[in-house]
Amino acid sequence: MSKSAIIIGGGAAGMETASQLARLGIEVDLIEKQSRLGGHLNSWDRLFPNRRDSKEVFEYLEQDMNDGISLHLNAEIETILKAGDRFTLSLRDGKELHSDALVIATGYEVFDARKKEEYGYGIYDNVITSVELEEFFRNNKQKNLFEGIKSKRVGIVHCVGSRDEKAGNLYCSKLCCVTGVKQAIEIKELMPDAEIFCFYMDLRMFDRHFEEMYYEAQEKWGIQFIRGRLSEASENPDHTLLLKLEDTLTGLPLKMKVDLLILLVGFIPSPETRRLAAMLGLKEGDDRFLCPADEHTITNSTTIPGVFLAGTVKGPASIASTITDARSTALQVATYLK
Amino acid sequence: MKPFGYTITKDRQIDFDANDREVTGFINEVEPSIRLCMGCGSCTATCSAGHFTDLNIRRIHTFVQRGELQHLKKEIMKCMLCGKCQLVCPRGVNLRNLILSIHTALEKSGI
Repeated sequence: MSKSAIIIGGGAAGMETASQLARLGIEVDLIEKQSRLGGHLNSWDRLFPNRRDSKEVFEYLEQDMNDGISLHLNAEIETILKAGDRFTLSLRDGKELHSDALVIATGYEVFDARKKEEYGYGIYDNVITSVELEEFFRNNKQKNLFEGIKSKRVGIVHCVGSRDEKAGNLYCSKLCCVTGVKQAIEIKELMPDAEIFCFYMDLRMFDRHFEEMYYEAQEKWGIQFIRGRLSEASENPDHTLLLKLEDTLTGLPLKMKVDLLILLVGFIPSPETRRLAAMLGLKEGDDRFLCPADEHTITNSTTIPGVFLAGTVKGPASIASTITDARSTALQVATYLK
Repeated sequence: MKPFGYTITKDRQIDFDANDREVTGFINEVEPSIRLCMGCGSCTATCSAGHFTDLNIRRIHTFVQRGELQHLKKEIMKCMLCGKCQLVCPRGVNLRNLILSIHTALEKSGI
């Protein structure tokens, strides 16, 4: 009898783990709570660092979603039981699924920017998140966003909800930096006479071609980088925003007006990730992301035999590294089931 | 009358919108490489004049970008144009031309 695995989460990590396992002859059930696959891949318009269309990556992941994979969309998990080496999952619609291995790929969600009240998200008109900007791009509605903007000055705030003990997140979300630089370039492309300012503390351009993108933003597009964390934004009567921060490279306080403020919101573990962790007794780190069996060497297994992790349940990760991680998880699952 | 010792303290805050950034635009145009600064401070660390005076090339660059012109004239006079800053700059910014174009820009705008 062939072995089986249940994968929870139909984003990039879950899709890639599923197709790799199916290719290895393992029967796969892929569970997704939404009505379609793709997860957060559906929220991005173009991807850093080369600004290719995210739909291309989705299409790549989707092409293997047929043979040997049973797809369960709109599925919610009620209980997970482990008896011996077998897992039994009950879904809300009464369905029961059985398997020999379980992969948690329930990912992340973005930080709720309303928690940083001093930035005025949800209070002022012209404060949006980086995810909302992507929605505008994706739906080709960016014209609406920039309508009525006179001086065309845009501020981009780094580290919103990241590296911030008061927001409850000490960690760096690491991909907001490059997202901010990408979006700065995209706005400049749309509005060549706009002035774009990134307010950063450190620019963490850690991956291949990220630093080059930062260079391009400065050289080709004249994006301006001001080092300092935004202290507060307040709304002027004309709905522009007054920003206050320290320009730490001059050591002086600085104030300036912008027409639009974009908040680069960070990663937090999704509620579903935390719920499943509690249900299974998986270990959460102090950042609330899930802990693999070993942080350096056994990065895809957990301390519970048969339970595996893939993608951003373990912390912020790019789409490229999520897909790589998913393949590594698939290999670990296949070895375990052998 | 004996003075009470109170004075009006000048606002230290950079008022970005009130600053004249025409000079900034002029300098950025004359020497586009100065857009590339990433604030590392190599220029300032190697500056011979900076060892004996408070000349800080990195900060001069930042002041230009913010349109903070009031101290620039005095500042740039401390530079000997030796070009060591330019030799060490990891982004290849033409800092000698930054100093020279500040001279030109300030002269043009009558500061």
